Amino acid sequence: MADSILVVAEQREGKLNRVSFETIAAAQAISKDTGWPVEVVLAGNGVSALAQELAQKAVAKVYALESPTLEAYTSDSYVYALKSFISEKQPKLVLFPHTYQVRDFAPRLALALDRTLISDSIGYKHDGGKLLFTRQMFQGKFAADVSFAGDAPWLATIQIGTFRGDHAEAGSALVENVAAAVADSPARVTPHEVFQEAKQAVDLSQAEVIVAVGRGIKEQKNLALAEDLAKALGGEVAASRPICDNGWLPLERQIGSSGQTVAPKLYFALGISGAIQHIVGMKGSRTIVAINKDAEAPIFEIADVGVVGNLFDVVPAVTEEIKKARAGA
Amino acid sequence: MKILVCIKQVPQKDAPLKLNDDSTWIREDVSYEVNEPDAYALEEALRQKEKHGGEVTVITAGPARASQVLREALAKGADRAIHLEDDKFVRLDSANTARAIAAAVAPPLSDDNFDLIVTGLQSDDYGCAQTGVLLAEILGLPHATIIIGIEKTDGGLHLKRELEAGHYQFIDMKMPAVLTIQSGINKLRYATLIGIKQAKMKPMRKVTWAEVESKLSRNQQEIERLYVPQKQKKTEMIQGSAGEAARKLVEYLKNEARVI
Repeated sequence: MADSILVVAEQREGKLNRVSFETIAAAQAISKDTGWPVEVVLAGNGVSALAQELAQKAVAKVYALESPTLEAYTSDSYVYALKSFISEKQPKLVLFPHTYQVRDFAPRLALALDRTLISDSIGYKHDGGKLLFTRQMFQGKFAADVSFAGDAPWLATIQIGTFRGDHAEAGSALVENVAAAVADSPARVTPHEVFQEAKQAVDLSQAEVIVAVGRGIKEQKNLALAEDLAKALGGEVAASRPICDNGWLPLERQIGSSGQTVAPKLYFALGISGAIQHIVGMKGSRTIVAINKDAEAPIFEIADVGVVGNLFDVVPAVTEEIKKARAGA
Repeated sequence: MKILVCIKQVPQKDAPLKLNDDSTWIREDVSYEVNEPDAYALEEALRQKEKHGGEVTVITAGPARASQVLREALAKGADRAIHLEDDKFVRLDSANTARAIAAAVAPPLSDDNFDLIVTGLQSDDYGCAQTGVLLAEILGLPHATIIIGIEKTDGGLHLKRELEAGHYQFIDMKMPAVLTIQSGINKLRYATLIGIKQAKMKPMRKVTWAEVESKLSRNQQEIERLYVPQKQKKTEMIQGSAGEAARKLVEYLKNEARVI
């Protein structure tokens, strides 16, 4: 088969994961540079209708890769089915959204194919016929352009939010149903139902102003600084993962890939370095303010306004100025 | 339960990093610490041992400096350590790192039969989030990722997996198995003075590059260039004392951004 790009779309419990469209947008962009046509595969059981939805995009074909063993996700069934499918199709490039599910099986799939996976890409370059994927390193302090040194198929995952799903070009493709290869032995992991913890008391996605704290806050008692600022602004307090891991704030106030995704009018990042896991949860905010002692912190790359300084001095001063501004207004 | 914990030494979180001369890696003259998710994996292994008995082995691959994270793990309560010691381990891709670890714990180098292998879900340097999963594939073991709760049952393990956006899932699996552990699964302990003393008496096995080289292959992915990321936005940087900066910031939010 001629060179092509295969997008591995994702569904869970009969619902398409919308980030699949972001990966299709990525594949369409790469296709424009390379000329490789885009195909999509969706694994599951009874997923024709979902495959039809994917086929509304400008792609060459959508495969519904189906078997009862793919009804509930297990890494064993996914690796087995996709290994067989990819071995047969021999695409040049295989793209996945960088979801928790993909993180669970894609490395194993790559090795089973005796290939490699460039994970968590935030962009690509096509330089003189060479395809490079850009990924963050050292918690976002550096970016790296990474190349494939071995043979195709090349596998890569695309970080959530890198491409816009609503920018994926529309079209109309054929859906082909394919019976997935099924292993003789059952999956070694038994999955149970997906659930949410008790209903969350706060819905940060509705907050207009969020004051988020990170490691730079140092001690739990210093959270008062953020609470005072949030109060002056009429906003909510939130945090990056380490603060919630320490139990200083409840998990429901965590922003990032494992927590909530927010896009308030105003987002204060206090002592947050800006690791990608946090950024993906808040980069849609309209105005981002970063206060951090480290001028090199990656948070400044996405901030609209930044102060390099000691947050223990700067934050109380900002709170006072806000109060003044409010009183005068 | 015999547990293996794979840990990594990474640059300290606030260490100022500089690029090396050919911009493919960082200059290594910085301070290091244990990769944070790996610290949680170690803590979980120690807790499982305390509950169910057994033994905890820690392993790392890296230069001589990396023995520091092994000593710390021994001081916290691990029983023995394995150090794949060579500068060259730093630049291996995830698959080769997993191959090196697998070689160090399998015949002919060793006849460890671990019931459980745990490691952090990803590293703070590369951040590929692959080594644990690849290790499972190489060893032919089942695996589960981003684990936030472990309960040993009669038949194996009852695990809580974290999914995105506040969702979770319970899964069951048999041992031996490989798990990647999410930060925050437990509360980390500190090493005690007695622990630090005892650590000096605990066995640390060195494994050389030459001993595992035949199991490695060429890296299938390469870092062509490492660089400071280009800004995605024009950031208004505010200078001055805390008071001045605060005044200018609030002025900006009021008049330029118009968000307050």
